[in-house]
Order: sequence, then C-alpha cells, then structure tokens
Amino acid sequence: MSELYAYTLLVFVGFLPSEIWRMLGLVAARGIADESELFMWVRAVAIAVLAGVIAKIILFPPGTLASVPLVIRLVAIVCGFAAFVIVRRSVLAGVAAGEVVLTLGALAYGI
Amino acid sequence: MSPLPPTDPTQRSVVSAFLAGFRAAWLSVLAYVVIGTYVGIGALTHDFGFSLAWAVASTALVWAGPAQVILVSALGAGAAPFETALAVGVSSARLLPMVISLLPLIRRPQTPYRALILPAHLTAVTMWIESLRLLPRLPREARIPFANGVGLGFMVAAQAGTLIGYYLATSLPPLLTAGLLFLTPISFLMSDWLALAFGLVLGPLLAAWQVELDLLWTGIVAGSLAYGIHRLREALK
Repeated sequence: MSELYAYTLLVFVGFLPSEIWRMLGLVAARGIADESELFMWVRAVAIAVLAGVIAKIILFPPGTLASVPLVIRLVAIVCGFAAFVIVRRSVLAGVAAGEVVLTLGALAYGI
Repeated sequence: MSPLPPTDPTQRSVVSAFLAGFRAAWLSVLAYVVIGTYVGIGALTHDFGFSLAWAVASTALVWAGPAQVILVSALGAGAAPFETALAVGVSSARLLPMVISLLPLIRRPQTPYRALILPAHLTAVTMWIESLRLLPRLPREARIPFANGVGLGFMVAAQAGTLIGYYLATSLPPLLTAGLLFLTPISFLMSDWLALAFGLVLGPLLAAWQVELDLLWTGIVAGSLAYGIHRLREALK
C-alpha cells in the first residue's frame, strides 16, 4: 500500500465516518438548552450507548482479550465495579482491581 | 484590528481556563488509561504495517479508540474500504449524543459556531466523562477553553501511548496486550449512573447472545428507560 493511498484511506475510511457524527451533533445541539428535558434524554441515551460499548467489548472482545475466557472477563468487570463503589468511588481502585483480577484469571487459565 | 495585548484580562482567563482543563486531564486516572489503551493501538498499527506518521495522524484525526482498532485491523487485513468505513461509522455513532449533550453546557448565546468545532472534534468518551463531571462548577465563559484543555490533554496522552506502543510492538506479551485492551471497558464503567444503564443494556445483550446489536438503537431504548425511571422518581417525590 503506497503512503498516499494509506492517507487517502485514513481520511475517507477513518476520519470522515467518525467526524460526521460530531458535526451532525454540532448542528443538532443548536437550540437545545442545558437542563431542558430533551437535553436530559439525549444525555441518558449517550450514557446507555456507552454502556452498550462496554457490554460489546466484554462479550465480543478484540485481539488478545478474546483469548481470556468470558467468565474471567465478567468476574473482572464485576470486581472492578465493586472496588470502585467500596473505595469511595475511586476510579483508580476500580481499574486496578479489574485489571488484577483479569491478569490473575488469565494466568491461572494459562495465557 | 491590532492583536490583544497579553495582559488583557479576558485573554488571560481563557489561557488559564485552558491550562486548568489540560491539568485536570492529567490529574485524572483516565489520562493513564488513555496511554495504556493507545499503547495497544500503537502496537496494533505497527503490526499491520502502517507508518508511525500514519499512526499519529490516525489518533489526531479519528480520535476514537474502538474506531481506530476497526480501521487498522480491517484495512490491514485487506477488507474492502467501503465496508470498513461502514463499520467505523457504526462504532462512532455514539459520538452524536455525546456532542449533543456537551455543547449546550459550554455554549453561550453569543458563541460563534466556529468556536464549537474544536470541542466537537475533541469529544471522545474520556473527554466527555471528565467534562460533564467538572464543567458545572465553572463559570460559563471558562467552559470552552477548559473543555479544549481537557480534550487536548487526553490527546497528548494518547499520542504518547501511540509512540510507545509503536516502538514496543514486537516485545509486548499477549497477557499485557489483553490487559491493555481491557482498560477501555473497565474505565468506561466507573460511574454510578453508568451502572444503571449498563444493567439495562447488558440484559438484552445477553439474551441476544452473539447477535450484533446496533448500539445507537440499544442506547435509545435503554436511555429512554433510564430517563423514564428518573422522571417517575421525580414525580413521586
């Protein structure tokens, strides 16, 4: 693949299909006041989509994460969230706990 | 018109709001999560034979981790450009409600359209989470430079990760890359309102085992449910 072709693909296949949503959002946000009911609903949708992204990565993981069994991925995510709640809503504690459980689980499984 | 002198109080407050945002990004755990995630993406980009400059440009232009993973692995594996563009577009659809729920928070009635282009481009999950958390405490005139500072702070972290991953690509063990790929879902989860939505989405996803659900539809259904519950609670108060 030539360099020029690689950058053409970057713009048309990577950049534009992502950026179009941001620019549509820029247009759609016009006339929506913060603290309006429509704003609250869009925010709830954004949060739920994000939750969907999490669920999708856990259930259909990319790359080497797929070699870790599903049950270990689920236990790790539950432990991470539990640590987050227990340790005064600390993101650091949550991420660390989830990663430790995932790594130990993967090691025990023989990866 | 002559340029404003550096002592101008409004310009100074714009710079200090930008720097406060940049600092907030680096004080957040998410900056380190971003570095880790992009080490994974940098390594992936290297493995599929793209140049370092291409990897850096991809992080700056696409600025969405999952979309970059799809872009690199699909193109690198020789998938058709049109199909890859569709997959990237589906994965980035989540950016639409995020931009719509960020801009009304930072905009003022006199804000010109062009001032919102940069914050819209910098919108990604990490920037959105930190901006929504921190912006309500700030005066409205400081919010656009602050949001830009947060976004560019995370962008610098991502570029550092891209460089590290690109150079270390051949020496990363699979256990480590699996852990790096796990950073995205585990860090996105760390928020209480998100957990509610997570439960609402995980149910149908588990039921529809191995069925590729359109995330935007999932979000509209689950988000409307969460919004309905919120309204019901308010009404019962």
